[in-house]
Amino acid sequence: MNKTISIEINGKSSSFSVAPDEMLLDLLRRSGYRGAKVGCREGFCGACTVLLDGRPVNSCLIFAARADGRKITTIEGLGDPNNLHPIQDAFLKAGAVQCGYCIPGAVLSTKALLDRVPDPDEAVIKRALDGNLCRCTGYKKQIEAVKLAARKLKGKKK
Amino acid sequence: MTVSPKKTRAASKYRVVGTSPVKVDGPALVTGRAVFVDDVEPDGLLHAAVLRSPHAHARIKKIDASAAEALPGVKAVLTHKDVPRNIFTTAGQNYPEPSPYDSFVIDRKARFVGDVVAAVAAETEKIARQAVGLIKVEYEVLPPVLDPRLAQKKGAPVIHDEKEARVVLPIDYRPKQNLAGHVDVVIGDLNKAWRTADSVIEGEYSTPYASHCAIEPHITLSLLDPAGRLVIYASTQVPFHARRIVANALNLPVSRVRVIKLRTGGGFGGKQEVLIEQLCAALTLKTGRPVQLFFTREEVFTSSRTRHPQIINLKTGVKKNGNVTGIDLRILMNTGAYGAHALTVVSNSGSKILPLYRCDNIKFWADSVYTNLPVGGAYRGYGATQSSFAVGVQMDEQAHAIGMDPLKFHQRNHIREGETSPIFAALGEGTEGVEQSIGSSGLAECIKRGAKEIGWKSKRGRRGSGPVKRGVGMVILMQGSSIPYIDMAGATIKLNEDGSFNLMVGATDIGTGSDTILAQIAAEVLGVKTGDFIVYSSDTDLTPFDVGAYASSTTYLTGMAVLTAAEKVKGQILEVASEMLNKPVSSLELAGKKVSPRGKGAGKSVTLAEIANYSLYVKNQKQIIASASRTSEKSPPPFAAHFAEVEVDTRTGRIKVVKYVAAVDCGQPINTQQAEGQTEGAVVNGIGMSLFEEFRFSSTGKLLNSNFGFYKIPSARDLPELKTILVVTDEPTGPFGAKSVSEISINGPMPAISNAVFDAVGIRLRHAPFTPEKVLRALREKRG
Ligand code: FES
Ligand code: FES
Repeated sequence: MNKTISIEINGKSSSFSVAPDEMLLDLLRRSGYRGAKVGCREGFCGACTVLLDGRPVNSCLIFAARADGRKITTIEGLGDPNNLHPIQDAFLKAGAVQCGYCIPGAVLSTKALLDRVPDPDEAVIKRALDGNLCRCTGYKKQIEAVKLAARKLKGKKK
Repeated sequence: MTVSPKKTRAASKYRVVGTSPVKVDGPALVTGRAVFVDDVEPDGLLHAAVLRSPHAHARIKKIDASAAEALPGVKAVLTHKDVPRNIFTTAGQNYPEPSPYDSFVIDRKARFVGDVVAAVAAETEKIARQAVGLIKVEYEVLPPVLDPRLAQKKGAPVIHDEKEARVVLPIDYRPKQNLAGHVDVVIGDLNKAWRTADSVIEGEYSTPYASHCAIEPHITLSLLDPAGRLVIYASTQVPFHARRIVANALNLPVSRVRVIKLRTGGGFGGKQEVLIEQLCAALTLKTGRPVQLFFTREEVFTSSRTRHPQIINLKTGVKKNGNVTGIDLRILMNTGAYGAHALTVVSNSGSKILPLYRCDNIKFWADSVYTNLPVGGAYRGYGATQSSFAVGVQMDEQAHAIGMDPLKFHQRNHIREGETSPIFAALGEGTEGVEQSIGSSGLAECIKRGAKEIGWKSKRGRRGSGPVKRGVGMVILMQGSSIPYIDMAGATIKLNEDGSFNLMVGATDIGTGSDTILAQIAAEVLGVKTGDFIVYSSDTDLTPFDVGAYASSTTYLTGMAVLTAAEKVKGQILEVASEMLNKPVSSLELAGKKVSPRGKGAGKSVTLAEIANYSLYVKNQKQIIASASRTSEKSPPPFAAHFAEVEVDTRTGRIKVVKYVAAVDCGQPINTQQAEGQTEGAVVNGIGMSLFEEFRFSSTGKLLNSNFGFYKIPSARDLPELKTILVVTDEPTGPFGAKSVSEISINGPMPAISNAVFDAVGIRLRHAPFTPEKVLRALREKRG
């Protein structure tokens, strides 16, 4: 039996009719939020990462119905190509993007981190990115990107 | 030519080359807007699922799909009876391919656990999977070959007993003996080599099955366009090979097939394979509907392609003074159930390491055998990874045996600029190779600077007193840049009326950054910025041919095609400008988006936009556009020296890589940041292969660790302190002096880490990965 739920996605509330076994990832993708990617559907790779009430989750493992009444941020809720979010700008400047398939997830994990810890050290950054597998970059430039983003965001607040 | 540090600074004579502009596809990727295959959802899209063999070796006696076909929502079921029986190779290589023709779209025999038995297209993925479960198959289970050492035994089951199996090049192929490829070469006199050596060492080394693990699984979407042509949206490294192979497999003329490469979520060789396109397309042809075939992660592990495992027997002879008298390299490679890249990978195991050491007596002997296990394929490093491990470790053993510092040993033995190796001519890609001498090498500099960065002098031989020991190790490496006289690349450049350009290439950016570096090369020639190019790659209808992203060829070879096309366009621009300014071409120069007479105050200039408008609308109207294509006569090797510092916990057997230094000579880096990125990604992948990545099988050949939980790949936490040093050289044949960079650095971690572990605790790790169990066992054996 389908159920009607309401989710606030990137600041906008909408209602969706979902099947009880539909995953949040599939709901998001079919609703046009295609920045969340399918890498394993098993909770291991983080390509499907979105923020649920500000916390990074693997949307492939969460039933869509569980998001009822909650807030989701997807990569589409950050910047767009003509107006990048500082974290996205930092990822590009640091050379942290290769194929880009892991990037929406890594950017969102970074956002969740920097919202909580504006000035993380390297160990904290590594822990925050640990759930976002990337086979292309070797992580070094992604870690540098997070540091750069932290500096940018701090500069902005001042 | 080696560029001295002083000249390196002068290398900034380039305006765009050597800088690091933001990737041209970066903004779309970082905002999640870039379109990957899974992001295309045409109306009426069907989803495919594949029935896979539970047996390692079985004949399909009977197959009954009626229950599956009757399931509501199922639109097509294909078995071997429903597809053309055309034999081909899935290896995305130039035609005629050096890999045996031994594959069908669907065969009546299954040759490994996970082989294709049938395929379904249905309204949803769920229905498709359900339907797969309803197909009834009666198998005649055959005895499997699960050990490559037994593949050629008399009486061993014949894996490719189909009468169609054949080769299209004159290569040694003996399917009746499960031999998918063989190569051997002897140079000089090995007996003399052993006689004159002061130290002769022999040893066995091995590397396991490994998965590429591109984060985007293999995926294809096929549909019929309004004219009834087959259009394939592919996540591929080889769109043009895909078009050819699909057309042949499905009895279509090439003109009825169009392959469009969208953004590709990583390849690493795993998508240099035409593996799913033909199956998906067959479902589209059957249903007339768009079909998506998207591998699960489990399917990527079991049923895509892998790194070929090798068992390597190596013997070397060395004199007390460090001279290498002989190398005898024998490889038994397991190609799995199909022979994709079976010969060429193992040939590269010889050709991409043996020239590295000055040595007159060399023997190389390799068999590539079929087994009923997952299928090998192209994987970054392409055979050099496996052999660089064996050779890199044994050379360290030799240095130790003669009491010489490995640093010194490598410094005296490596090939130099201007030198050649008989191996270049002897070993090619399924044919003989091409003679070449080294036109550029920064290897000496790589060794020097890498050693300094790791602290070789102060750290070597200082194990420490606690239970956790420290050590440093090193290795030297080479690769190639393109396949000479085989690879071909094309590019087209077109000027638009605002002074921007379209750059159309068949080369495939799979995350490697080639769209950006190719634009940089064109920008350098045309006096504009990287961002002035709208790059389009790649579409078999719209872009010129390119072999694709493999063999470390794009920067070097496509780079030259782009450079040539840009020079032609520049010529056309100057001609139009000359007409507009009424000045001879020879007096004009193109810079800063305009053409001006040479010399200060020499008169008025015209902008690119004005030139474009003039040529499009005003006089002698024409499109300023040029295409160029290039092949190569050489495959100039990039070189590298890698250094690892490790900690070995003698209680747990755990190895921790503390610091890693990759000093790389890739010629002139076109994009410095991306050249570093290629190096870092390759090193970290190599660290995974060194420490934990390997397939584990059941006794019946079923893969046991087919997910990221049980097959671990490095995550952010596994990153050591990692330092990349780019030693700039000037390759005379490369575009602006460039050579390749993407593959070489995956070859370093296994030998460098193994050698560092020896420095730390005195054990030799010759079988990757170096798990704690192996380390503890070796420590116990050493204690006796
Ligand atoms: S797709 Fe969700 S964790 Fe991999
Ligand atoms: S950039 Fe390709 S997986 Fe991270």
